[in-house]
Amino acid sequence: MNILLRICVSAGALILAAAPAFAITVKEVKSPGGVTAYLAEDHTTPIIAITFGLRGGSALDPAGKLGLAEMVTSTLDEGAGDLDSFAFQSALQDRAIKLRFTTDRDMIRGSFITTTPNAAKAFELMQLALTKPRFDAEPVERIRRQIQVVLAERDEDPNQAAQKTLMETVFAGHPYAHEEEGTQETVATITADDMRAWVKRTFARDRLLVSASGDITPADLGKAMDQLFGDIPKTTGLNVTLPPATAPAKGKTIRVEKNLPQSVVVMAQKGIARRDPDWYAAQLDDYTFGSAGMNSRLMLEVREKRGLAYGVSTDLAPFDAGALLFGSVGTRADQANTSLGIIRDEWKKMRDAGPTQQELDDAKQYLTGAWPLRFTSTGSIAEILLAIQKDNLGIDYIDKRNSMINAVTLADAKRVAKSLYDPDGLTVVIVGPASKGAKAAAKP
Amino acid sequence: MRRFVLGLALVLAGVSVMAVQAEAAVYGAETFTLANGLQVVVIPNHRAPVVSHMVWYRIGGSDEVPGKSGIAHFLEHLMFKGTPKYPGTAITDTVAKNGGDQNAFTSQDYTGYYQDIAVDRLPLVMDIEADRMRNLVLDKKEVETEREVIIEERRMRIDNVPDAILDERMKATLWMTNHYSVPVIGWEAEMHELTREDAFDVYHAAYAPHNAILVVAGDITTAQLKPLAEKYYGAIPKVGVYQPRVRPTFLYPKADSQVIMHDERVGQPQWSRQIIAPSYNVGDRVDVHALEVFAEMIGGGSTAKMYRTLVIDQKVAAAFGAAYDADAISYGTFYVSMTPSPGATPAQAEAAYTKAMDAMLKDGITDADVAQAKRRILANLAFAKDSPMSAARAVGAALAVGETLNDIESWPDEITKVTADQVRSAARKLFAENSSVTGILLPPEEAPAPPPLSSRAATKGAKP
Repeated sequence: MNILLRICVSAGALILAAAPAFAITVKEVKSPGGVTAYLAEDHTTPIIAITFGLRGGSALDPAGKLGLAEMVTSTLDEGAGDLDSFAFQSALQDRAIKLRFTTDRDMIRGSFITTTPNAAKAFELMQLALTKPRFDAEPVERIRRQIQVVLAERDEDPNQAAQKTLMETVFAGHPYAHEEEGTQETVATITADDMRAWVKRTFARDRLLVSASGDITPADLGKAMDQLFGDIPKTTGLNVTLPPATAPAKGKTIRVEKNLPQSVVVMAQKGIARRDPDWYAAQLDDYTFGSAGMNSRLMLEVREKRGLAYGVSTDLAPFDAGALLFGSVGTRADQANTSLGIIRDEWKKMRDAGPTQQELDDAKQYLTGAWPLRFTSTGSIAEILLAIQKDNLGIDYIDKRNSMINAVTLADAKRVAKSLYDPDGLTVVIVGPASKGAKAAAKP
Repeated sequence: MRRFVLGLALVLAGVSVMAVQAEAAVYGAETFTLANGLQVVVIPNHRAPVVSHMVWYRIGGSDEVPGKSGIAHFLEHLMFKGTPKYPGTAITDTVAKNGGDQNAFTSQDYTGYYQDIAVDRLPLVMDIEADRMRNLVLDKKEVETEREVIIEERRMRIDNVPDAILDERMKATLWMTNHYSVPVIGWEAEMHELTREDAFDVYHAAYAPHNAILVVAGDITTAQLKPLAEKYYGAIPKVGVYQPRVRPTFLYPKADSQVIMHDERVGQPQWSRQIIAPSYNVGDRVDVHALEVFAEMIGGGSTAKMYRTLVIDQKVAAAFGAAYDADAISYGTFYVSMTPSPGATPAQAEAAYTKAMDAMLKDGITDADVAQAKRRILANLAFAKDSPMSAARAVGAALAVGETLNDIESWPDEITKVTADQVRSAARKLFAENSSVTGILLPPEEAPAPPPLSSRAATKGAKP
């Protein structure tokens, strides 16, 4: 499901009318041992969130061991040091410390949220997980079984089945083509030794990004970072650069036959890199086109006017090695071609004419006005600070972002729409029954 | 650790299913009531200059008249269709142009609307929400189109999802004549027949100040909110007095039913059980709090005893979970679910579960287990105030099913008071006395070879 999430800091901010004064102070903290972090210090609630990322994710899984990063990150909190799985999990649960590791295609993430009185224990447990994971046979086999279950269920869910096929098609031959969980065959072959070797080559400070928010001072964070990461090697020489991932210029349509009352249609074309100077124009265009919830053009045409779907949306997904623009709709099986036809028409209109001045203004007002809504919990603030570092947006990004959105002109928005929206480049996956309508609609 | 979350699909939310559990802590909430009967709740949180503004109506799927299933949820959709002051798409447009996120949701027992928005735009969303409480306009054509949308929503949430189809059948089996037997989204055959007039019937009967609760959480104080509430909501005339909803408490004699569903789409078998349980409104509160502790004890992740027996020691299940929902106008529900391990059948998992649960109920609930479960529940409350959005949703849901703010704020005290004997007694009573339904989801049966054509023709006309 990760692929339809916004990878980057999404939605942003400021305003034509008076935007609320919004101040969140981000400091760069350097530990005595030389680890740096972004910190949003806030002592109003006794809660601390730490989030860190390591560049390089499941796309680096060896071909025969697809699913390795997922398997390791799912097992890292299942015992470390002298603590077996039961002892480790009990130590977390007794103190309500929320500690977890995840992976996506580009990055490994670790995080915890804790109350201030339990912070010392949280740091200690996270340090153990990072430096002395056990990978005992019982939890390794249990996590393997759970991943096998996830894989078995994935084909049951038309959305996941559709996304999997879409990624396999759009990124055929590229490491991005495989899902984080790997396959039944590859997951069966992963050993505890594979997992230990993965830890050894993956954890290194030269690919580490750290963020923190909440009830902690810079000095305490500095000490904690040395405790957490001091024993991790400076570098392991791992090369995380992937070959460019390029979506096909000419899209094809793939049907996955399933006996469903509602067809799930997902689609993708080449997107725009997060670091592209036109990112903000693209974000505004995408809001107008398909990301604005009830207010998007697609929602208006497909749902509000015609009642063909409950949900239809698009999303910019800037993976590190290649970006995509996604679309999806769930629509009555016998109307799938109608819905897809409307979406393709809208895609053309967006390319040819871009947004109107009114649409652009509305998009700016939403994106800038909604920016403070992203900063309402300790954990969400830490996550945004990590995303800012991942994409090198700068420590003043939170303050700058709305002005960058507002600087986009109508000419920019139209120019970017023209180069971004490419109806002929759409790769489309339709999961649903073999419809009688399919043949009829195939005629011009 | 991978977390397998038990599907508590009780609420049809536009964005996501919200936490149904009260999760009540010391929110520091304050309340006052307007002359027209509207209860107002304020939950201050000054971290960011934003608020979550919510209006909850004490009406849900279970308040529908027979034959009109889905109308409460249909009305929720239609509430975005405009008023004379905010016509057409003005409700959605205006909130978006002001940087607000908004949506709505319907459960068996309530319907809620919210806008998360910068605090200086609060008066605007109060004006919109107060306006549509009484002045909704519905165009016949728009109602027709929106009916197609909710039917697509049903296909997406239920008909496309084998688990959800099974859950629907399990609830129908368990609850029989209790309204909780009817899905909130509606039975499809009845959804097709829902009309504009049906929607207005519900609207006029239930959408009024005395039947609503306003919750505002975020960068605001009671002193700041009071004049705004008076200005926007206070102007709505008083049209009635809040009467607690009373549902029939009749239960049929205990029976344990089983629903088995084979579906060609199923790749992974599932086993789950739902048991009728006491709630905050029906039954003994002591049992409710004891069962909340029991649910934490047996369902609290990979260190819980049942999980250890079934998943870690016997390996018959890949996942085990338990949950308890007591926030209900009628009875509550206790949920247990298992994912059989690859290679294990639901029947094997169920046999192991039955044995483990019998042992647990006999002498497996120790004083130490209960003390630990209580500590863990209380430790988690530290996060209750972190996000104003989550706080508003938890408090609103509890109030909407008839709990008081005092119930919510003093919940930690009630949990603290729970004794191990109370947990043993409540758990034994739950399993011994209450009806249950077990659902088993399986891939297609091995299809028997089709009979020869001649015999098929012969049996076709035969009637039992």
